[in-house]
Amino acid sequence: MSTTPPMLRIRNLHKHYGSNPILRGIDLDVARGEVVVVIGPSGSGKSTLLSCINFLEPFDTGEVRIDGEPIGWCGGGEGSRVRQSERDLDRLRASVGIVFQQFNLFPHMTVLANLIEAPTQVLRIPETQARARALALLEKVGLSGKAGAYPGELSGGQQQRVAIARCLAMQPKLMLFDEVTSALDPELVGEVLAVMRRLRDEGLTMIVVTHEMGFARDVADRVVFMDGGVIVEQGPPAQLFHRPNARRTREFLGKFANTDERATTLASAPPTGDPPGPLPPSNLVSP
Amino acid sequence: MDFELAVFLEVLPALAAGAVVTAQLALGAALLGLVFGLLGGLARVSGNRLLRGTSLGYVLIVRGLPLLVILLFLYYGLPSIGVLLSAPTVAVLALSITNGAYVTEIVRAGIESIDRGQMRAARSLGMSYPLAMRRIILPQAFRRVLPPLTNEAITLVKNTALVSVIAISDLLRAGVDAMTWKANTFSPFAGVGLLYLVLTIPLLVLNRTLERRYRIR
Repeated sequence: MSTTPPMLRIRNLHKHYGSNPILRGIDLDVARGEVVVVIGPSGSGKSTLLSCINFLEPFDTGEVRIDGEPIGWCGGGEGSRVRQSERDLDRLRASVGIVFQQFNLFPHMTVLANLIEAPTQVLRIPETQARARALALLEKVGLSGKAGAYPGELSGGQQQRVAIARCLAMQPKLMLFDEVTSALDPELVGEVLAVMRRLRDEGLTMIVVTHEMGFARDVADRVVFMDGGVIVEQGPPAQLFHRPNARRTREFLGKFANTDERATTLASAPPTGDPPGPLPPSNLVSP
Repeated sequence: MDFELAVFLEVLPALAAGAVVTAQLALGAALLGLVFGLLGGLARVSGNRLLRGTSLGYVLIVRGLPLLVILLFLYYGLPSIGVLLSAPTVAVLALSITNGAYVTEIVRAGIESIDRGQMRAARSLGMSYPLAMRRIILPQAFRRVLPPLTNEAITLVKNTALVSVIAISDLLRAGVDAMTWKANTFSPFAGVGLLYLVLTIPLLVLNRTLERRYRIR
């Protein structure tokens, strides 16, 4: 299947806020069914990267293709490009789910209404069908009894699982997770991660920005380390956590020493034969 | 004090007729004002510069002018350029333009008070901007601005008293007429005050009902 495009293809992506560069040339391919976990210090551009993928944040230059189809800008080269029609943008966004740190459920609607809103309004799926699918999804995320509840009546973990189900209701090709456990009480993190593990087992293509190193190690097909708006290093979790090449990666992983025992031993293990300085970004091809 | 129950009861039907006119003007102007305010508010938060500028200009000019001036200008000023509007038309227009300017700011504030994440979430699900506004943002904003909208509605009812200067037999006018006719001041105005309260207090009750019905759990 070498002719099918990757689910996501990013080339030379740049993004500034004012004079402040946030993304400085990102190249990333994500294969069908692959789970890519993005780690890195705050301010490294991870969340902005996700927002650029569905063009919630317009990027400055570069190219993003979802399942072969460019999103955002179209037309000729730099300079002559134009913004894609809103209709095309909406259609592409409908195929990419994003789960936010702050859940962003619609508080004036029940859980069920949250789940059928976009399928009925955007995809024009008949309500009975959307409802049936929504109920099945709620069961999948372990919230069958909560269809009639309002978001404000749920715990953070439950809300986040509803938010995941809301995305799944659109049957996305690709799911983006933007620090989805960062706003949760520690005891609620597990239930959300369990749902995400299950999605991975079902073969969903996922990009996960997280600070949960344990989760990254267990679930990722590939871990990407970002810092200063570039991908510093990427590779299978075993390699990135055990034998990080770049000094910046080791320094970052070392900060998790106190909270994660395994990371401690991995990150502080003396790297053998390493050059002293940071390496240039190693653009490993996706597995 | 010259209150006389007999006079009070005698002028009440005339006052009630005036109250009906006041209620009609207020209702018409409130509905039209809501339309102006909704359009104005959406324009104020629009990505389109021209729309933003136009709506801001509308708000600045109308809020900066006394309603009485707008009323007299439309009634006496416009005919000089050949635009002749009937008194009730002028009344509803002046009241709704003014009301709309205040509602514009209320709608803008309501929309801006909704967390940006709501729009992001809606757009990320493939909803268009108008759809997200209609289904996600405005319903939440509406709940939040019910109290200030009620205030505006009450202000509107009271502002209708100004239209008596352009020869409309509203509640206040009916009171003034009764005062002249009966040579009694207190009794007619007691009725006028009472009837204004009959018009305004139900709005407060309506506000409470709506707030309870649409509260976000």
